[in-house]
Amino acid sequence: MGRYIGKRIGQAVLVLLLVSIFTYLLTYMMPGDPVYAMLGGDITQEQYDIAYEKMGLEDPIPMRYARWLFGFVTGDWGDSYKYSQPVLELMGERLPVTMYLGLWSIIISTLAGILLGVLCGTHRGKTIDSVLITCANFGSVIPAFWLAVLGMYIFSLKLGILPSHGFVLPTEGVADSLKMSVLPLIALSVGGIGGTTRQMRSGMLDVIRQDYIRTARSKGLKESKVVWRHAFRNAVLPVVTMTGMSFRNIVAGAVSIEQIFSIAGMGSLLINSILSKDVAVVQACIMMIAIVVVLSNLAVDVCYGVIDPRIRVE
Amino acid sequence: MERKKKKKGAAFLGRLFKRKIVILAAIFVVFFVITAVFAPLLTPHDPYKGDMLQILKRPSAEHWLGTDEVGRDVLTRIFYGARTSLVIGVVSVLIAAVIGILLGLVSAYYGGAVNLVVSRIIDVLMSLPSLMLALALGMVFGRGMLSLMIILGISTIPTYTRIMHGQVLSIKNQDYILAEKVVGAENRRVLFSHILPNCFSPILVVLTSNIGGTILAESSLSFLGMGINPPAASWGAMVSAGCSKLLINPVYGIAPGLCVWLLVYGFNVLGDGLRDVLDPRLRGSL
Repeated sequence: MGRYIGKRIGQAVLVLLLVSIFTYLLTYMMPGDPVYAMLGGDITQEQYDIAYEKMGLEDPIPMRYARWLFGFVTGDWGDSYKYSQPVLELMGERLPVTMYLGLWSIIISTLAGILLGVLCGTHRGKTIDSVLITCANFGSVIPAFWLAVLGMYIFSLKLGILPSHGFVLPTEGVADSLKMSVLPLIALSVGGIGGTTRQMRSGMLDVIRQDYIRTARSKGLKESKVVWRHAFRNAVLPVVTMTGMSFRNIVAGAVSIEQIFSIAGMGSLLINSILSKDVAVVQACIMMIAIVVVLSNLAVDVCYGVIDPRIRVE
Repeated sequence: MERKKKKKGAAFLGRLFKRKIVILAAIFVVFFVITAVFAPLLTPHDPYKGDMLQILKRPSAEHWLGTDEVGRDVLTRIFYGARTSLVIGVVSVLIAAVIGILLGLVSAYYGGAVNLVVSRIIDVLMSLPSLMLALALGMVFGRGMLSLMIILGISTIPTYTRIMHGQVLSIKNQDYILAEKVVGAENRRVLFSHILPNCFSPILVVLTSNIGGTILAESSLSFLGMGINPPAASWGAMVSAGCSKLLINPVYGIAPGLCVWLLVYGFNVLGDGLRDVLDPRLRGSL
């Protein structure tokens, strides 16, 4: 077991190292001059040379990469020239907003999806099943950015009952925060609800055919007990995996929604940094997301290894 | 022989379209393919030249869905936007499939060092959510049709490599492959004449629904301003531009997004339908 975990950790570190090279090369290959990107086009040659030297651009690439990696590992993530503040500080401000909305959307998607999926699975072929599964199929591929625009049009511009932009955390006013999170949360969650419903339904349908369910029924258990205690527990496993996977998508999923509702979170930070070539921020964002993904994969691998000894040998 | 083939094809289609929902999905896809192919014939308006006297008009008999901020007909732009979506969707998925399949085939068949290198490349690509990866690659490749195809292609390579890898591993030690090797077939022949055709079904299924996913990704990138260059029409970019004009002509911002939704739905359900017909065992796993 120790060897298996060690090997997996080694792999994770290797992948992160490769990702860091990939990230650095990407930002290095970005078209345009980094000095002009930072200071604008109308600077004198002298100013250019000073900035060029200060940014360490005369060093060879491997050396610059090593310097950047060292900085990243030791917590020096550089400065954002667009926001003129250290990247670490900037992320500290932006991350809570995105995490708050993202976590709520995962909770809503998972709970609603599980309930609807079980409802479908236990009413197979009935009207309620067909209606719900059709909605879930449509819902799972709805473009989130479009749903946000539609919601904004109906609820903010036409009915005027919800704010069309901005966001505050509940710590700065619960009522405001609640009002401002309704539309973003709907836009962020509908796709997830659809996907989870589909997964839960097909899980229930698979499980409910099994012999042990027939046994449970034939020994006279109440149907609700059969469904929740026997079928549900086995059918929910893939949904749990799926929910775990959706954490990695929090930032990527937030990009367009945060743009639409002018929310100052990680998503809008990322896209604005990309559009304005704010290299330090982009590098830090990519690395951070990669770290989250690789670590969560590692955790899953180790858990599977504990549960299923066969995996360790492979 | 010919007739037998035809009969088989008809039976296949019959089974595919047994579920009404698949018919609906096919209708969506066919509808948009037709609008994309025949766009110039379907509309009297120019997709690129605006009429300054007709800016942001609401729907009328002349302009069914109104006009945009430079006076271009929105419906016409939607037709041409279907071209963009479909071309990018299909081409990038093909790029991803060809590269991904080759990588998966070779890495699983040869194993060892090849497998190690390929696996690490795939690990790196998979350590970012595909939209993130597309955004990151977008910084390097810039905007435009070709860049989008490459970006979206690269970001879906891992899907194919992983499927192929699994398929090859499960096939490679079966008796008929061993028999082929015993009679002295070259590796290339084994790979391309025997293993590849056997992986056809799952690949086709994933390919179909992936077109939908790629179209969704393209529209998201265009919405964020990282899509194709104006004045070319793209649904995502139209939603983005129409978003700030909702009070003047709401249809301009809302209709193109509806098209994205229906087309993506069409490809996804078609993919599900193919899966159910080609290989019911794959239910839930793909």
